[in-house]
Amino acid sequence: MAKFQSLKEAVAENLRDGDTVAFEGFTHLIPHAAAHEVIRQGRKDLTLIRMTPDIIYDQMIGMGLAKKVIFSYAGNPGVGLLRRMRDAIENGWPRAIETVEHSHAAMANAYEAGAAGLPCAVFRGYRGAGLKEVNPAIKSVTCPFTGEELAAVPAHRPDVTFIHAQKANRRGDVLVEGIIGVQKEAVLAAKRAIVTVEEIVDDFEGLHPNLCVLPHWTITSIVHVPGGAHPSYTHGYYDRDNAAYLEWDKISADRDLFTQWMKDNVLAVGSEAFAARVKGM
Amino acid sequence: MPDFTPTEMMTIAAARALSNEDVCFVGIGAPSAACNVARLTHAPDVTLIYESGTIGTAPDVLPLSIGDGELCETAVATVSVPEMFRYWLQGGRISIGFLGAAQLDRFGNINTTVIGDYNKPKVRLPGGGGAPEIATSCQEVYITMKQSTRGMVEKIDFFTSFGHGEGGNDRERLGITTKGPTLLITDLAVWKPDPVTKEFTVVSMHPGVTREQVQETCGWKVRFADNVEETPPPTELELKTLRDLQARTEKAHGGKKEA
Repeated sequence: MAKFQSLKEAVAENLRDGDTVAFEGFTHLIPHAAAHEVIRQGRKDLTLIRMTPDIIYDQMIGMGLAKKVIFSYAGNPGVGLLRRMRDAIENGWPRAIETVEHSHAAMANAYEAGAAGLPCAVFRGYRGAGLKEVNPAIKSVTCPFTGEELAAVPAHRPDVTFIHAQKANRRGDVLVEGIIGVQKEAVLAAKRAIVTVEEIVDDFEGLHPNLCVLPHWTITSIVHVPGGAHPSYTHGYYDRDNAAYLEWDKISADRDLFTQWMKDNVLAVGSEAFAARVKGM
Repeated sequence: MPDFTPTEMMTIAAARALSNEDVCFVGIGAPSAACNVARLTHAPDVTLIYESGTIGTAPDVLPLSIGDGELCETAVATVSVPEMFRYWLQGGRISIGFLGAAQLDRFGNINTTVIGDYNKPKVRLPGGGGAPEIATSCQEVYITMKQSTRGMVEKIDFFTSFGHGEGGNDRERLGITTKGPTLLITDLAVWKPDPVTKEFTVVSMHPGVTREQVQETCGWKVRFADNVEETPPPTELELKTLRDLQARTEKAHGGKKEA
């Protein structure tokens, strides 16, 4: 049953040092507020799963929370490279991290397999691709019916998944719309799921019956955090803050500038700061 | 003939390669500009798909990211990411995959993963994203990039996505049934693979470009077709469409632009 609680309580109760944790949202609905709370609570030795690490994982890696990152595209979308993640990989700052790299198809299939309760995902992929040589988790199976060789990767089974969504109702059912990414699969694949939402409404009366709704009994914890995806966006609420993504390129280029920015904008403030950041967007 | 830049010529030449019947998986950056110019000029019915799950999208401005809200708002349908990769891409429903490249070799193999050794990289690039499967599941692959000796190299550092391997029938050998890279459009020329060796060969040079320029900006010894044509210059309509699109994009993203 979904509990309604503060972000501080939700993170404290559900995420432990050493956990495997997914933060999902494909450009849209990225759970930034939740990631900042995890940084404030200083969790350690996390294995981070995310298709497109982008700014939130750059921040978590730069603050030394991550031991391992499982991903398929490590860039600042539309801008360039992830400088904190690169510094960790290339120079071990602030600590060395292990990377497990996949393609998007593999990651999406691995979440789906996790949601489906399967041990692995099977798909047509990685043919001729170099990742097969450097990631031992990429294997192959032969179709017992046709003899076709297919790629196989282990299912994602995070201890905790964090997502951001538009709405929850009073019962705790969660509504996601727009670019829905892999959020449904990431929630169903996880042992515990924490959802931050823009809005809590009485009920979902009058909505289309086929909208993407995660029933309350699939969610561990719901937190009301208006603006909680910023600088990502929430379809129907506020636009993507493209300027912030461009600015991140400069902030993340320098260790001291980064550390100071994290102090001022993450460590010294709470999740209530997000609402003001999306005003007028 | 109106004045135009090499990059504009590249984008417009790439746009011309798409038709109304195509279902195109669009990479961000230069491919995105080319695909939308095609849609706004000669191919209004082309189906553009972005890997965020948007099918049949028609954005008024170029997206800064693969998942901008406008892609969803203007799409015929928006599906989940697992569905996009399983039913639509792996299911064989995409005719053209349009990719950019950080490093490319003469056989259309692409590297966007690392410069240097994978485990001790000199530069860690973003990685493949959707590209490894786009390169093998789309019926054909078009590549567009600006020429440079850093980008077009004798040997790529990492096989992010497979083109024609070492040439010949390497794709078949690996059980890949799609055609792979069939077209390369740069800021200087249009290239197609040799039917037998699969090495990219210059078939057309853009107006005013010399063979020396093509060779100087390419890290391998360039092969030219027996009959190298001249790429028709951009028309007034093509140029206006591209420039208007870029101006709208710049305004929408607050003065920033994408390649």
